[in-house]
Amino acid sequence: MGTNAKQVGKAGNNGPSLTRDQFLKAYYDMLLIRRFEEKAGQLYGMGLIGGFCHLYIGQEAVVVGIQMSLKDGDKLITSYRDHGQMLVAGMTPRGVMAELTGRSTGYSHGKGGSMHMFSREKNFYGGHGIVGAQVSLGIGLAFANKYRDTDEVSVAYFGDGAANQGQVYESFNLAALLKLPCIFVIENNRYGMGTAVERASASHELYKNGEPWGIPGKRVDGMDVAAVYAAAEEAVKHCREGKGPYLLEMMTYRYRGHSMSDPAKYRTRDEVDEVRKTRDPIEHVKHILLDSGVTEAELKTMETEIKGIVNDSAEFAQTSPEPDPAELYTDVVLEA
Amino acid sequence: MATEILMPALSPTMTEGKLARWLKKEGDAVNSGDVLAEIETDKATMEVEAIEEGILGRILTAEGTEGVAVNTPIAILVEEGEAVPDNIDTPKSAASAEALPVAQPVASAPVSAPVSAPVEEEKDWGETQEITVREALRDALAAELQRDPDVFLMGEEVAQYQGAYKISQGLLQEFGEKRVIDMPIAEHGFTGMAVGAALTGLKPVVEFMTMNFSMQAIDHIINSAAKTLYMSGGQMGCPIVFRGPNGPASRVGAQHSQCYGSWYAHVPGLKVVVPWSSADAKGLLRAAIRDPNPVVVLENEILYGRKFPCPIDEDFIVPIGKAKIERTGSDVTIVAFSIAVTTALDAAAELAKQGIEAEVINLRSLRPLDTDTIVESVKKTSRLVTVEEGWPFAGIGAEVAMQIIEHAFDWLDAPPARVTGVDVPMPFAANLEKLALPQPEDVVKAALGLM
Ligand SMILES: Cc1ncc(C[n+]2csc(CCOP(=O)(O)OP(=O)(O)O)c2C)c(N)n1
Ligand SMILES: [Mg+2]
Repeated sequence: MGTNAKQVGKAGNNGPSLTRDQFLKAYYDMLLIRRFEEKAGQLYGMGLIGGFCHLYIGQEAVVVGIQMSLKDGDKLITSYRDHGQMLVAGMTPRGVMAELTGRSTGYSHGKGGSMHMFSREKNFYGGHGIVGAQVSLGIGLAFANKYRDTDEVSVAYFGDGAANQGQVYESFNLAALLKLPCIFVIENNRYGMGTAVERASASHELYKNGEPWGIPGKRVDGMDVAAVYAAAEEAVKHCREGKGPYLLEMMTYRYRGHSMSDPAKYRTRDEVDEVRKTRDPIEHVKHILLDSGVTEAELKTMETEIKGIVNDSAEFAQTSPEPDPAELYTDVVLEA
Repeated sequence: MATEILMPALSPTMTEGKLARWLKKEGDAVNSGDVLAEIETDKATMEVEAIEEGILGRILTAEGTEGVAVNTPIAILVEEGEAVPDNIDTPKSAASAEALPVAQPVASAPVSAPVSAPVEEEKDWGETQEITVREALRDALAAELQRDPDVFLMGEEVAQYQGAYKISQGLLQEFGEKRVIDMPIAEHGFTGMAVGAALTGLKPVVEFMTMNFSMQAIDHIINSAAKTLYMSGGQMGCPIVFRGPNGPASRVGAQHSQCYGSWYAHVPGLKVVVPWSSADAKGLLRAAIRDPNPVVVLENEILYGRKFPCPIDEDFIVPIGKAKIERTGSDVTIVAFSIAVTTALDAAAELAKQGIEAEVINLRSLRPLDTDTIVESVKKTSRLVTVEEGWPFAGIGAEVAMQIIEHAFDWLDAPPARVTGVDVPMPFAANLEKLALPQPEDVVKAALGLM
């Protein structure tokens, strides 16, 4: 069983492509996520990040492509694999990294950690550690958009494993019933922890899982940022026009372990290597850029800038103070 | 610049491991993501991936080495063409794991459940009118829906059916389907949806047909609603109300007869109110809807049809966290909530016949708990009896008794006593059901036992 690289992505989407500037931006955003995550892995290895830490490496094209079709006011929610979403939402690498190390300067003042981070300002509603919870919460964000008569949409990201949760289907029904502007994004990275999709789900075409409720669904090559963008444009338009929810299944792949401690016994090294070599979303865009006349030197400059940002965030995250002991008791309830 | 590759921690608990095998050798080019080595921990064999690109300049820890401590340099990575230095002076970060200032526990930290913030003396609201608890709840909903356009009511059968227990009678007609919304039978999903909406600042009132069904949604009540303010460092408040009939109704058996007082009162981040009278119901529900925190309102089906005097003042509201002394007395304090207040008052009347004056406290709020009022009363009476329909183990009576032990131990003339529902699932047979629930006689007996 298992997966071969050809199964990852390549769903044959030929939507509108991106301009050179858009590709440049996508490259920058994806590389920022990748370098940030590598740094997080490094800090974890040094014992500076504790507990669970789920890296987004390999899946960068998904959030980057989707974010490109969103506008201010649109709301985001996801699982514990949330660092990439936060960075594209415009949250600062410093604030995110400092939360990973449990410091007072983190987005949750060190009280949330890797899995529980939020930004009211950037409309990022977490960071949720309970598999599937973000889907019901996500339709609530869409409910609020509609209740307030805006044309804002909400995006609820969840995994192929989460797609087995009962509340996902309660949420599909509710979203379709109430015509909520919610884009469901299944990030199908082929595994929920160590369980391959086909060992967990009798349906292997997750994009069809909304069909009983009439939710349009599309399978998308999640390793191709242009394909993601094209699909997102369509989904966002559908939602903004008040036609109800939309389901996107992003075929993607996670290179690293599920969390930091992952015995990696459920897939072969070759499988991972092949995807990395043949389907990497960042390399893919890099080639497009080079073909379009962008120079290696320009990309190197970008890379250096990103390295600087990431190193700065790591420095900040290591030198910021831990929360004051008095913080233990704050933010439990609000003054009535 | 040359960098050290350190022995990584591959799990939250790993402190050392065996360097089982090198997959790259000195002089090999390394790309980020390449597997460098395999490490065996107590739990599993894991792969170490390169984080930076470069040339593996020198291997410092030979394969087969056991007990390599986390953070020990195991190799040196250099850039192409760079000489391999003998050792590297890595500036130790100011906040390396050991150097971190360790948070000291605060000496004055509260260890027990928080007591209520001091609330001002309750206002005299003047003229009252006899109304049922049902009418009181309906009036509270109507008043708050009127007052704040962000408030809406949702639940099974709340709109067209007019409420499974007729609490929302007429509200659909008055406020329309945007504000009074029927839900499919999907507690987990619709509660999550309501919590999501509340995180954006809307103020949903979620009606559970009965609180028994809130167990389908308890993950969202606790993990999503109660904890998010804390987990977000104070950014994401969740102004939401979860309400519905709680506790045993009558002859509905085990799955429909359970008290959730202790369950929800256990959770930091939630407030829990337990109205008994019509005034409690109206005043507390209004306060719950206005509260910026998630509030669980535990109503009681049997009380819905009972009449009590309720202030007619349009602004009438009851602050959350303040108990009410329903009957004053000097010999024993009886603490109760919800329908058990009736049981306690009946018992007090019986005790009076025997010359014993009981003080009856209606808790009205379980979290925060009005410990001050209970403590003051026990200091006067020196005896405590708690009454509740829920189970005894880890119940509200246990908490109240412990508060008294902590705060008024020296005033006690006898160990606190609790009268509770019997520690069994609720039976159906009428005689057994009655035996399973606290009766006034049980309270009288418990009180006499302390004399
Ligand atoms: C309700 C619940 N059950 C189990 C877990 C433990 N758990 C955390 S992540 C995970 C796998 C989820 O896989 P998937 O949805 O595919 O997301 P991915 O990790 O691949 O991004 C499991 C079982 C949990 N956090 N919550
Ligand atoms: Mg997965």
